[in-house]
Amino acid sequence: MIPDLGKYADAVLWSYAASLGLLIALVALSVMRGRKVRAEMEKLEHRMSRNG
Amino acid sequence: MSFAAKANTLWEYANPRKFLATSERVLPFFWMTSFVCLVVGLIWGFFFTPDDYKQGSTVKIIYLHVPAALMAINCWLMMLATSLVWLVRRHHVSALAARAAAPIGIVMTLIALVTGAIWGQPMWGTWWAWDPRLTAFLILFLFYLGYVALWEAIEDSDTAADLTSVLCLVGSVFALLSRYAVNFWNQGLHQGASVMRAAAVTGADTEEKVSNIYFYPLLVCIIGFVLLFIALVLYRTGTEIRARRIKALLARERLKG
Repeated sequence: MIPDLGKYADAVLWSYAASLGLLIALVALSVMRGRKVRAEMEKLEHRMSRNG
Repeated sequence: MSFAAKANTLWEYANPRKFLATSERVLPFFWMTSFVCLVVGLIWGFFFTPDDYKQGSTVKIIYLHVPAALMAINCWLMMLATSLVWLVRRHHVSALAARAAAPIGIVMTLIALVTGAIWGQPMWGTWWAWDPRLTAFLILFLFYLGYVALWEAIEDSDTAADLTSVLCLVGSVFALLSRYAVNFWNQGLHQGASVMRAAAVTGADTEEKVSNIYFYPLLVCIIGFVLLFIALVLYRTGTEIRARRIKALLARERLKG
């Protein structure tokens, strides 16, 4: 499945692992914070509209 | 539509509600296309391109290193543009867009530095050298960290936006240096531009350029990184707008007692 990367296999695989790991972490953290902030805002707006 | 009318239409997006409504409509497109481009480009580059006659299989690192480095520089330039809009027009959305983009720039710069070091070790025999381009990139990375730290350190968001905008103007020198350092100082280990060089594409010079076998999947990866950057900036700016609204609502609630 994985092509023969020869003597540089470690360098190539580490590059892909580090980069994809960083990108996935960035997207995941952005989405998690986005959802948290949105829920917090909706809760606050609801509370304020109820209290007038 | 005249240019002035078009420009006025653009300013409508400075309205947070309009920005949120529009970004929510276009975000699924950017998430999907970035994902597809990245999957196609990386699989094409990793599995279906041959080893380079000089660099062996390490040439496959190009599909991550070059797009990340490009986005590291362009992210700062985008922050420069939005910071200027903040300084001149005082639109909060533009300041929040710059704030939202900074962590993306940090990750892109980090990917460029890490993959560069991993690539450099077998090719140059060293992980790091105080080469003009490498050093300019490291300074750009430090500027990104300083920019985020400054936003976090200042309580008043307008003052924070003012100071970070000035920092962004200063840091732009290093963003441009990291792109053109190899042209200014004809020394160092890092090669000159071999991908996006207009003179090589038009045939005006005959210097070495990346072969089309590697260039096409690289182009798909670059498009994927650009689309991912747009998706992340839109999404994160939306989050910053909502966080600012929470602050305003809490302040209003406190005033009511």
